[in-house]
Amino acid sequence: MSTPRYDAIVLGAGFSGLAAGIRLAQFDRKVVVLERHALVGGLNSYYKRAGRRFDTGLHALTNVALRSEKATPLARLLRQLRIDRDVLELREQSFSEIVFPSARLEFGNGFTRLSESVERAFPAERDRFARLVADVRAFDPFAPDLADRSSRVELRERGLDPILADMLLCAACWYGSAEVDDVDWRDFVVLFRSIFLEGFARPAGGVKTLLDVLVKRYRELGGELRTKSGVQRILRDERGARAVVLDDGTVLESDCILSSAGLAETLALAGGTLDERAAPRLSFFETSWITREPQRAVGHEATITFFSRADRFRYGPPRSGELVSLENGVVCCTDNYASDAPPDEGLLRITVPANPRAWFQLDEDAYVAAKARCSDTIAAAAAAIVPDPRPRAVFTDAFTPRTIRKYTGHVDGAVYGSPAKRRDGRTGIENLFVIGTDQGLVGIVGTMLSGVLMANQHALAARSA
Amino acid sequence: MTREEIIEAIKDIIHTIAPDEDLSNLNTSERLRDQIELDSMDFLDIVMELRKRYGVQIPEEEYKELATLDGCVAYLGPKLAGKSLKVGV
Ligand SMILES: Cc1cc2nc3c(=O)[nH]c(=O)nc-3n(C[C@H](O)[C@H](O)[C@H](O)COP(=O)(O)OP(=O)(O)OC[C@H]3O[C@@H](n4cnc5c(N)ncnc54)[C@H](O)[C@@H]3O)c2cc1C
Repeated sequence: MSTPRYDAIVLGAGFSGLAAGIRLAQFDRKVVVLERHALVGGLNSYYKRAGRRFDTGLHALTNVALRSEKATPLARLLRQLRIDRDVLELREQSFSEIVFPSARLEFGNGFTRLSESVERAFPAERDRFARLVADVRAFDPFAPDLADRSSRVELRERGLDPILADMLLCAACWYGSAEVDDVDWRDFVVLFRSIFLEGFARPAGGVKTLLDVLVKRYRELGGELRTKSGVQRILRDERGARAVVLDDGTVLESDCILSSAGLAETLALAGGTLDERAAPRLSFFETSWITREPQRAVGHEATITFFSRADRFRYGPPRSGELVSLENGVVCCTDNYASDAPPDEGLLRITVPANPRAWFQLDEDAYVAAKARCSDTIAAAAAAIVPDPRPRAVFTDAFTPRTIRKYTGHVDGAVYGSPAKRRDGRTGIENLFVIGTDQGLVGIVGTMLSGVLMANQHALAARSA
Repeated sequence: MTREEIIEAIKDIIHTIAPDEDLSNLNTSERLRDQIELDSMDFLDIVMELRKRYGVQIPEEEYKELATLDGCVAYLGPKLAGKSLKVGV
């Protein structure tokens, strides 16, 4: 039997891989998406426990702008994938908040609520904040050849009150920075728009709704999806990448390989290494509590709560090699999204920075005990900010950097990938490109756009003749 | 294809890409992107759909020929000669 040959091979059925697959199948390319796990979704998947479905990522679908705004990333993305927004059954957030010791900001979908909130909490910052927003609206983060710039420096140069600046950074870093204590300015611009100018929603059925829509669309277009098909090696010759070898030894050939496995991870598959800054990768610990009643019943109405327990926000791994940090985090209260029927129970999730190496070292018993202990300490630490879920909990589950590494293959269980991005998608090896997190766009909408843009650029436009 | 058919072919492609745009009053000499919401990603789609439906190959340097409907007619006329219109695919 001859070796199967494809116009393109996509590694990973996370959001970026599925989006790239759809673009290729849409234009009749012979394409296969290869996924090591039995389920699709990658960092954003779901699982069943105790008769309930849990989402592993998906606090919020960002970029949810008004339907009438057509030039926004979500609208452009859905257009490229030919997916009707209605099938996502989006339910909007109530409102969200950023809570620091000496100030609190609220924001909703559309910009008004944040701007009024800033005006109340930081009256002296009114003009400077307006100028920042104008700059964010005007900046083109996708312009070619932009230099890396620190958002901390950008905000300081604009003279913004340091607490207000840190509050904005807190939300931006938590929803998309791979860097310790900072975020690149173009990413800040993208995140600021997606969080504050656009907003949050959740598909009625959670992440499964989104994934089902993507897989259905991909299959209808004739795309081939193989789960339980990990790529063990990428074969190359002097002209570049030529084929992949699966875990079971199967060989599939193609002159165009798009990988969402991560840049260092992908190069390792191709027998190369990555010369990287020795910066740590950021990973998280998260606990989910199913509570007897929705959080509204105990007075908590926010959907997402970004918090820092010090006015100086420091984004990064726990300081002293501890398992988790209690300095700052995100709380997601799923039951505060709009819903058709009032929820009969609640779901509260608290996410904090974690130290991957510390989690990897534990043996199985110590690991299980550490998960329970850390769930306890983070609920206690956040109790001043959100109602403590423990007394009302009927079920608790947690994930760690170890879980993330196991299910996505990302080094250190990294959530936002390597701090060094490859904005053009090139790996240095011909025919082999990175898509998704390590290309530079993060979050569900961001990573799907990355899959689309890279498929357009490297597989469609460049190879259309 | 006649001039009218080429315009019809392009409009049908745009309708597939952007079903919510109103295409009934397009001016043929004005730039498409000045009349409806189309970005460079959408232009790539027009090119890809032309290839898919009519087997027409358009190199990247020539995408700009498609900026107006009149431009499309002039540029695609020879390439679509003898081909028949396919709509609603
Ligand atoms: C706890 C948590 C909460 C989050 N919350 C949100 C949120 O609320 N909103 C939001 O927008 N984003 C959120 N994110 C971020 C979002 O999940 C990611 O940015 C996005 O899912 C990344 O998608 P990706 O396709 O780039 O990579 P991945 O999802 O990592 O996909 C890579 C895929 O490749 C597969 N793979 C790897 N190696 C191989 C191999 N060798 N062979 C075959 N397959 C392979 C993996 O199994 C995986 O399925 C969250 C992430 C986490 C962890």
